[in-house]
Amino acid sequence: MNIFLDDAPALVVALPLIVSAIIAFIPSSRLTWFITIITLVCHLFLSFELLERVSSLGIIIYEFGNWPPPWGISFKLDGVNIGLQLLFSAFALITTIYSRKIFLSEIDHHDSGKAYSLWLLAIGSLNGIILTNDIFNLFVFLEISALSSISLISLGAGINRRALLAAFNYLIIGAIGATFYVIGVGFAYAMTGTLNMNDLIIQLSQYSEGQLAIFAGMSFMLIGLMVKSAVFPMHLWLPPAYSYAPSAVSTLFAALATKAILIFFVRILYEVFSIYDDYFTIFLEYGLLPLSLAAIFIGTIIAIYQDDIKKLLAYSSIAQIGYITLAFSMNESSGVLSGFIHIFNHALIKGGLFMAVGYFAISISERVTLQSIEGFGQKFPITSYALLICGLSLIGLPLTNGFISKLYLFQALYSNQMFLTIALVALSSALAVIYFWKIVEKLFFSSKGYKASSEDPAIYIPIWIVAISLIYFGVFSSPIVEFSSIAADSLIEGGISE
Amino acid sequence: MVGGLFIIIVSQNYIKKIVGLAIFQTSVFVFFVSLAKIIDGTAPILNSINTIYSNPLPHVLILTAIVVGVATSALGLAIVLQIYRNYGTIEENEIKKEELKDIS
Repeated sequence: MNIFLDDAPALVVALPLIVSAIIAFIPSSRLTWFITIITLVCHLFLSFELLERVSSLGIIIYEFGNWPPPWGISFKLDGVNIGLQLLFSAFALITTIYSRKIFLSEIDHHDSGKAYSLWLLAIGSLNGIILTNDIFNLFVFLEISALSSISLISLGAGINRRALLAAFNYLIIGAIGATFYVIGVGFAYAMTGTLNMNDLIIQLSQYSEGQLAIFAGMSFMLIGLMVKSAVFPMHLWLPPAYSYAPSAVSTLFAALATKAILIFFVRILYEVFSIYDDYFTIFLEYGLLPLSLAAIFIGTIIAIYQDDIKKLLAYSSIAQIGYITLAFSMNESSGVLSGFIHIFNHALIKGGLFMAVGYFAISISERVTLQSIEGFGQKFPITSYALLICGLSLIGLPLTNGFISKLYLFQALYSNQMFLTIALVALSSALAVIYFWKIVEKLFFSSKGYKASSEDPAIYIPIWIVAISLIYFGVFSSPIVEFSSIAADSLIEGGISE
Repeated sequence: MVGGLFIIIVSQNYIKKIVGLAIFQTSVFVFFVSLAKIIDGTAPILNSINTIYSNPLPHVLILTAIVVGVATSALGLAIVLQIYRNYGTIEENEIKKEELKDIS
């Protein structure tokens, strides 16, 4: 047992990948689902083990094949990514439990077993993105996750053929983004001769002035990652991809995929690139800050005019990614703290919303639009109230965890004297009420008197677990705030101490 | 590299877009391999005659990247095939027309 636990950092990535290769050959879809659940339970167990070890040892650097870091590939676990690792593991498990009925009704029956193979592939590679400490290794994980998620999105073609176009667009845009990233890696490698992030910091500090090739490389890498994490204006692939994918797939990606890439984006930005002060502050102040504000506004406004609910949620995701990048553009510990808090909270909120909408989608077996959900508050009360809680949390009502996010974000903005930004963020939160209110109005205040029909416990239990966790973390916010402040501290120190 | 990007943006045909993507990626691979070249360098084999040799690491990285590129193209072509089966065309403007028919 101990032999396995020693390799826990590698196993959390390797386990899903290995199992995914095995279950691709199992014909029964029930059995593959069951194996997936068992795998993810082990995965969660390993994540707890890692948490324990990180809290006692601080930083774990896992060297593959015992090759010391500048030569070998290494994984790094520290305060920054351990919290996300745990959330990732737990949420993947919940989504998998939820996904069975969705896959059965949205995907062709023969494919639903194989879908779990892709599903695990995506989970394993996204986990690799969270943990890796090697910039080229990241590219490989980025591509594995992109390819598996593209295949999963295209499975939505059984219901709506536009899923294929969405998948194709994601493929083209995603591949361009990844290639940009590789160009950046090439420049960085040419200047420093290393791919390891810790070593990169040491090597880059030789060029204290900074050179054009390094700045070019950094810009290429950051743009590549921004495409992948759908930071405005590189977000165009996201709304169709999320809205035409099978609902369980959009849940997993909305909650976890962009977050994993954002974490890496933030890590490389703060740990490595922060040694060039000028470049760093210019990028944050004149690049990331205006883009985030634009993302918040444009995302919210487009969301108001959406009729299709999954698309509405996808555009609101773009706005929420804007809030996260806004928090990280402050270059100061309270801002970074609020960014991490929002990463956690938004993952839970958006996951819950997509889950609830996914249930509506399979129960009416057509696209969920504002018209088609009319009166569902009476028809499916259990799911609808969960949706209501998630939505209130998205707006940021007190007693939900969305409120905690907004509170810390405002505090951070206030302490940085960014009053104009505060006004803009407050305005955009008010706009978010509009699009959510449109859903609530159709759900609960409609004249269509439906009788309550029976709901499927296999689906509403996972949704309610998420909804209750939203309230729990809204009332007892200390676990999330604690994880985030550890993350923020180690992120900022990591940049300075090297 | 720019040629590849240009093809992706301009061409209406989905297969041509994938070809453009492949050209774009290949140009980056060549860029990497060119980094490894050292003047008068030979293959990196340890012996007493040749002391100057090219850096093998970029080649290894690109070997990985080529595999990724092949997978991307293969998946892209598979999706194009499915698009053709569903829409009967792989030209972007004709698909847009089909979409409009869907809505109305």
